[in-house]
Amino acid sequence: MSDKLAVRAEAERLFAFFKAGGAEPVDADLLQPAGTLLDLYGEDIRARAYVTQDPDAGEMMLRPDFTVPVVQTHMREGGEPARYTYMGEVFRKQQSGSDRAREYLQVGYEVFDRENPEAADAEVFALFAEALSPLGLRAATGDIGVLKAAVGCLSTTGRRKAALMRHIWRPRRFRGLLDRFTGRVATDPLRLATLAMVAQDGAEAVLERAGPRIGQRSAGDVLRRLNALAEDSAAPAIGRAEAEVLDTILSLRETLPNARNQLRDIAVDLPGLTPALERMERRMEALAQAGVDVAGLPFEASFGRTTMEYYDGFVFGFLAEARPDLPPVATGGRYDALTRVLGRGAEIPAVGGVIRPGLVQILREGLA
Amino acid sequence: MTLKLGVPSKGRLMEKTFDWFAARGVTMRRTGSDREYAAEVEGADLDLVLLSAGEIPRELQAGRIHLGVTGSDLVRERIPAWEAVVKAMQPMGFGYADLIIAVPAFWVDVNTLEDLDAAAADFRRSHGHRLRIATKYHRLVREFLRDAGVADYQLVDSQGATEGTVKNLTAEAVADITSTGETLRANHLKLLSDGLIHRSQAVLFKSRVAEWSDADRAALEQLSERLR
Repeated sequence: MSDKLAVRAEAERLFAFFKAGGAEPVDADLLQPAGTLLDLYGEDIRARAYVTQDPDAGEMMLRPDFTVPVVQTHMREGGEPARYTYMGEVFRKQQSGSDRAREYLQVGYEVFDRENPEAADAEVFALFAEALSPLGLRAATGDIGVLKAAVGCLSTTGRRKAALMRHIWRPRRFRGLLDRFTGRVATDPLRLATLAMVAQDGAEAVLERAGPRIGQRSAGDVLRRLNALAEDSAAPAIGRAEAEVLDTILSLRETLPNARNQLRDIAVDLPGLTPALERMERRMEALAQAGVDVAGLPFEASFGRTTMEYYDGFVFGFLAEARPDLPPVATGGRYDALTRVLGRGAEIPAVGGVIRPGLVQILREGLA
Repeated sequence: MTLKLGVPSKGRLMEKTFDWFAARGVTMRRTGSDREYAAEVEGADLDLVLLSAGEIPRELQAGRIHLGVTGSDLVRERIPAWEAVVKAMQPMGFGYADLIIAVPAFWVDVNTLEDLDAAAADFRRSHGHRLRIATKYHRLVREFLRDAGVADYQLVDSQGATEGTVKNLTAEAVADITSTGETLRANHLKLLSDGLIHRSQAVLFKSRVAEWSDADRAALEQLSERLR
C-alpha cells in the first residue's frame, strides 16, 4: 500500500472511531471565502493559507482548517447538543525550504453543548487520548481561561485590560503593553508632548494645526482616542506585585494537580481567579471520571498562546516526544468566542480538536 | 557560458550602476540604437543582461543570471527566504529609499506601532471593517506588522500613487517607499517613529542557485578584485 493510501486508511479508522462514539459526520467545501478567514485571523493567515481568485466569489482560500466551516454549518442548521466528526484535506503554506506537509488529512471531532462545558472538555480529551493511546504520546494541556481571568484581576483600567486581552495570543505585544502599564518602559515622549499640548490648547486646536482631516478615520475617532490616552496617562501604573503574580501564572508549568494548588494559593489574594479555577477543578474531576490519569497530566498556562487565535478556554495537544521534528499529532481546545463571532448574535459553548492521520501513520510505522 | 550580470535597463538606476562599475574600472555602455536593449563591457569577462529592475530578483531566483543589481527592497519582497537564494555582495550607495508606514498627519494620537494597533482596534469597532493599509510591499509589511504584534489591519493593494489612497478613501494608512518624505508631506501624511520597515538601496546580488562553472567562478573572482 502506498503511503498516501495508508494515511487515508488511518484517517478512515479514526473517522470510524469518532462516528462509533456517536458523532455525526459532516463535510466542508475545499474552497472557503477568504473574507471570513481574514476577518477572523487577520492578514497573517495569508502567510499560512493558499489564496486563489474566483471571478464571481472573489478571493477564496484552500481550506486551512475545518473548524470555521463546521461552526458555520452548526450555527446555521445544527440542533443541540451536537457532536460532529469530519475527515479531509487542509492546506497550509510552509516556510520556504521547509519539508513540512503543505496538504494533509485532518480528522476532527467537535462538541457543541451548553449543559456541562467541563464534561465536554474532558470528553474530547479522553476520546483523543484513547484514539492515540498506542502511540505513547506526551499530552499537554493549558487553559486560556485562566490567563484571561488573571488579566481580568489586574487592578487597572478597563481599557488596559481589554488591550491585554486582545493580545493574549501575541505574547510579544502583550509583554510590551504590560511593560508600559507597569511603568517598566517609559511612555512614548511624542505622546507625552501631544498630551501636554492638548492640555494647554485643547484637542480641537491641536488637531487643527496638525493637518487636514483626510481619510475615513474621522476627527471624532482621533478625539476619542486622545481622551482615552489622557485618561490612561492619569491612571496609576499596575503594581510590581501584581505584575509578578501575572508572570507567575503565565510561566506556570506543572502537573495539573500542582498547577491547581499553586493557582489556589494565588487565588487567596486574587479572588477574581476563583471562577476560572473552579472550572479547572470541575474539568479535573470530569477528566478523572473519564479515566484520564489526572495526577500525571502536564499543565502549561501559556500552552496555545501562539497558535491560532480562537481558543479561549481549555487547550490541549498530543506530541511525539521521540520525534521533536514533527508537529503536534493532535491539537484542540475550547472556542466559545468563535461561535459568537460566526454566529451572528447566536453563540454556543464549543470544544473540539483535530488529529493528523499522516503523523499517526508515520509513528505507527516506527512502532512496527 | 560566461558570467551573466543583470542590470537595470534604463533611467537613473542604469546610469548610476554604470557609473559605479566605471569607478571600479569596468566600463559598460549601451550599444546599437537608443531603443535596442544591448550593451557591452570592457574590463571584465561579463555578459550584460539589461532588465527591468523589478525583474532582476526573479531572474536571480531562477538562476538565469549569476549577478544582478537591484533594490534590496525588491529582493526581500519578491524572494521568499531571500538569504537562501541570493547573497548581497555589495551595497552600492545609491538608489536609497525607505519603506515606511505613514498615517494622516492629523492623527495626533498615533505616533508609534502600538498606537496604530490600538487605533486599528477602535477603528474596526466603530467602522465595522479592519483598518486598511495601502501598499505594494505585501510580504514585507505583513511580516513587519506581525513581528510588531499589530492586529486588526488589512492590506489593500496599491501599485502607484499610494499616498493618494487615504484622501480617496480607499485606505486609512499607507506603507510605501520614500526618499525625502516630500510626497508624504504633500499628501498630509506623517511617519510613525518606529515604522521604518526597511532601508533600501541598490545592491549587487549574487545568485546562489545559478549554475556556477569553474570559469564563472574565476570570472567572479577577478571581478571581485576590482570591486574591492
